[in-house]
Amino acid sequence: MKAFAALLDDLVTTQSRNRKVALLARYMRTSSDPDRGWALAALTDGLPLSVPLRRILPELLGPSVDGELYRLSRDYVGDTAETVALLWPETPASAIAGDRAPAGSPRLSEVVDAFLAAPTTAYAALIGGFLDRLDTSGRFALLKLIGGAPRVGVSARLAKTAVAEAFGHDVGEVEELWHALDAPYGDFFAWLEGKAPRPNPGLRPVFRPMMLAHPIEADDWTGLSPGDLVAEWKWDGIRVQVAARGGQMRLFSRTGDDISAAFPEIASAFLGRECVADGELLVVRDGVVAPFNDLQQRLNRKVVSARMLRDYPAHVRLYDLLSVGQEDLRVLPFTARRERLEAWHRTGAPSLTDVSPIVPFADFPDLEAIWASTRDTGIEGLMLKHKDSPYLPGRPKGHWWKWKRAPLTLDCVLMYAQRGSGKRSSFYSDYTFGVWRTVDGQGGTGELVPVGKAYSGFTDQELKRLDHFVRSNTTERFGPVRAVAPGLVLEIAFDAVQRSTRHKSGIAMRFPRIARIRWDKPAAEADTLEQVIKLLQPPEPA
Amino acid sequence: MTDPAPPAPPPSGHAVSRWLHPLPAGLYCAAGDFYIDPRLPVSRAVITHGHADHARAGHGAVLATAETIAIMKVRYGPGSAGSFEALACGERKRIGGVEVRLEPAGHILGSAQVVMEHRGMRAVVTGDYKRAADPTCAPFAPVACDVLVTEATFGLPVFRHEPAAKEAARLAASIRDQPERTHLLGVYSLGKCQRMIALLRAQGYDAPIHLHGALVALTELYQTLGIDLGDVRPVSGGGAAGKRGLREPLAGALVMCPPSALADRWSQRFADPVTVFASGWMRVRGRIRQRGVELPLVVSDHADWPELIATIEESEAEEVWVTHGREDALVRQLTLMGRTGRALALVGFEDEAE
Repeated sequence: MKAFAALLDDLVTTQSRNRKVALLARYMRTSSDPDRGWALAALTDGLPLSVPLRRILPELLGPSVDGELYRLSRDYVGDTAETVALLWPETPASAIAGDRAPAGSPRLSEVVDAFLAAPTTAYAALIGGFLDRLDTSGRFALLKLIGGAPRVGVSARLAKTAVAEAFGHDVGEVEELWHALDAPYGDFFAWLEGKAPRPNPGLRPVFRPMMLAHPIEADDWTGLSPGDLVAEWKWDGIRVQVAARGGQMRLFSRTGDDISAAFPEIASAFLGRECVADGELLVVRDGVVAPFNDLQQRLNRKVVSARMLRDYPAHVRLYDLLSVGQEDLRVLPFTARRERLEAWHRTGAPSLTDVSPIVPFADFPDLEAIWASTRDTGIEGLMLKHKDSPYLPGRPKGHWWKWKRAPLTLDCVLMYAQRGSGKRSSFYSDYTFGVWRTVDGQGGTGELVPVGKAYSGFTDQELKRLDHFVRSNTTERFGPVRAVAPGLVLEIAFDAVQRSTRHKSGIAMRFPRIARIRWDKPAAEADTLEQVIKLLQPPEPA
Repeated sequence: MTDPAPPAPPPSGHAVSRWLHPLPAGLYCAAGDFYIDPRLPVSRAVITHGHADHARAGHGAVLATAETIAIMKVRYGPGSAGSFEALACGERKRIGGVEVRLEPAGHILGSAQVVMEHRGMRAVVTGDYKRAADPTCAPFAPVACDVLVTEATFGLPVFRHEPAAKEAARLAASIRDQPERTHLLGVYSLGKCQRMIALLRAQGYDAPIHLHGALVALTELYQTLGIDLGDVRPVSGGGAAGKRGLREPLAGALVMCPPSALADRWSQRFADPVTVFASGWMRVRGRIRQRGVELPLVVSDHADWPELIATIEESEAEEVWVTHGREDALVRQLTLMGRTGRALALVGFEDEAE
C-alpha cells in the first residue's frame, strides 16, 4: 500500500504529463504482481468491487466526528476520500505497541483479497480495520483504491500509456488487448516483460484505437482542394465503436470505456455479427435526432428501465467500418471503406442503425454557406475527411477535421455560485446564470430566471476575481451554494438552446461556457427570456 | 477621518457586547472609544500585528507593540498614523473606562492579543495567533477571560499542521538531493519568510539564502530587531552587473519570494525551479494542485484545529466570538463543547498568504 500511496502523493505535485507517465511507469516496473495489476485496475476500469463508500464512511466516522463538521470539511476539501483520510483519528502509538496491535501497513493485494472474499455486510468493519493501520496518505490511497473512479489526476488512457511505455510498447497495442484482459493482469504483465506470449483475446470483442479529428484552422484550408474532401454532418451525440464478435458485442466510448450495459438494445441489434464499426450514438425518435439532453438521460446508468428504453430510444448513426468478418479494413482509403460500409449496411443492416449521409458541396464557398446555415437539432457542425485517409489511431494530422458551427452568445447575470472540487476545491467556480423575465404588472427589468450553468472559459486569475465577487456579494447560503446579488454580467457562448424541465425558465443551453466576463456592464442591461426563446431549437411558433 | 459609529444593536446578550461589538469600520470598544484592527481609517486604533489586513495606514492614534509600530513604519512610512504609542506586553494602560494590556500572540514578531477589562469583565481579542514554537517571536500567552474573540483561519478539523522543524528538514533534504535545481519558496513577506529562514538555520542549513526584492526590507528589520537569520542577500545582489543584477540561475540554492512571484516571469531565470510553498493550506491536495506546488510544506503561523480548541478551553470563556476564517465550523464546535459561539462576520480579513 505504501508504494501506491506514495505514487498518489507524487501525482498531486506533478503537473507535467510526461512526468506523470514517468512516475506511473516506474511504479509499474518496480511493484510486484498482483499489487501493480490491482493498482492499474483502480486507475482504469476500477476494481471488480462495489463498495458504497458514501454510505459507509459517514457511519464509520460517526462516533468520532460530528456530522455537521464532517459536512463542512467535505465541502471545503472537495473529495470524500481525502476528507475521511484527514479526519480519521490517528491510532495512538501505545495501541500499536499493545497486544491488539494492528499488523502495520497492509499490502495492496491483501486489501483487495480481503474485499473480494468478504460479504458486503463486512465492508464497513474491513474499512475501519484498514484505516486504523494506515497513515493519512495510506488512508487516502485505500479509499481511492476501493472507491472506484479515483480522480487522482490520471485518466484511464494515461495509465494505459504509462504501462505501455514502462515496458517499451505502444499504447495502441495495450488498447487493442485491453478489453480481453482481466485484473490483476498477470498474463499481460508477463507479456510486457517478455516472459510470456501476447495474451490471446480469443473470441472477445476488443476496442480498436479510434481515429479523431482536428479542429479546422485558417491555415488548413490552403493545402486542401474541394475534390480531396468528403463532408459529413458532425452529429451531436457521443462517438462510439461497436465491436461484435463470437456472439458477444461491446459498445465502446471514444476513450475505450465499455458502455454496453447502458445500451442493451444496441447490443441485441448487433448480436451475432462479426464487425467493428464507428458511429455516433444518438437518441432518435421517428427518424428525428433528439437534443443531447435526451441522450444524457441514458448515459452512466448501470441498470436501464423499460421506460428509459421507450422514452429515450438509442440509435447508432454509422460513419465508418473498421472490419468485417476476419478482414481488417483500416488500411483502405476512406472512400473504399465508405463503399464497404454502404454495401454491408444495404445487405442486412442491424436494426437501430443508419449510415450518416455524405453532404454534397460544389466548392469551399458553397461548403461555408452550408456550415453557416445549419442550425438543426442534433448537428454540431461539419466533419471533413480526406478521401485517401486510412483509419489511423489517435489524432493524426492532415486527415480529418471538425468544423463546429459558430457559437451563439447571450449576456446573462450571475445568480448562484457553487464550490468546485478537485483542483478548484474551496473556490466558487461553478456558476448558474439567468436572464430577465418581465413580471406582469411591474415595470423595470422584472425577475431573473436561471438558464444555465457554466464552469469553464475563464483563467485562474479570473477565477480568483470571480470567487472574490461571489464572497463579497453573497445574499444567501445553501450548503456549498451561494446566491449572489445581481451585479455581474457573464457573456455566455453556447451551441444551442433547448426546452428543459430542469430550469425554472423552461429552457437549457447546450455547451454553455463563459466567453467574457463583463465587469463593465450593468446587470440591468443583460438579455431577456424573450431573446433566449427566439433561439430555441427546434423553433417554437410565436 | 470620521468614525462611522452609528449605535449598533447589541450583537449578543452577553454584557461584554454592550462595550465591545462590530461596526462597519471593524471591532469597536465603546468603553474606550477605540477600534481593534479596523479596516477603515479611525481616530484611535489598537493594532494586533503588522500584516496588511490588520494594520492599515491612515489612523489617528495607534497603540501597538514597539515591533508592530516598527513594522508599520517600514511598510507605510513614519507618518502613516497621526501618532504611534508603544505598549510593551504585560504593561497596563487605561483608555477611557477600559484597562488595556497586550499579551504575545505567537503569530509573527510583535504580534499581540488585546486584553480589555471593564466593569469586572475581561475580553481577549487574539488577533492572528499560533501555539507552535517560532524562533522569531514570543510564544502565545493564554489569558483566562469572559469573552474570547478568536480567529478561525484553519477552523476545520481537517487542518492539523505538521511540526515545523520536520517540514524545514524536508526542504533542506530536497535542496541537498537536487543540486542541479533552484528551490523557489513562496512565502508571505512578513513573518513566514523570516520564520522559514530561522527554521532552516536551526536545521543546520547555513548556505546563503536569496531573497526577492519584496522580502528584503522586512527581513532587514527583523535582523535589526535582533533576530539572527544568517547570510541572507537580495537575489539580484548588485555587484558589477549593476542594479538590474546578474541573471544567475542559482542552481542548488534556495530563493525566497512572495507567492505571487512563483508563477511570474521573474521565476523563469532559475535552474528548473522546484516550486515550494509553506502554508497550512498545503494539507489539502486541491490547494496543492491549484498552486502547482511541487514541494508542499504544511507550516503555518495560524493556529490549527487542535490549537484553536485548546486555546478556547484554556481561556475558560463563557462566550467565544469568531472573527474570520471558517467560522461556521468553529461555531458548531463551540456548540458541541457546550459554549456559546458567535460569528462576528467581520469583513476585510484575508486568508493566509492569498
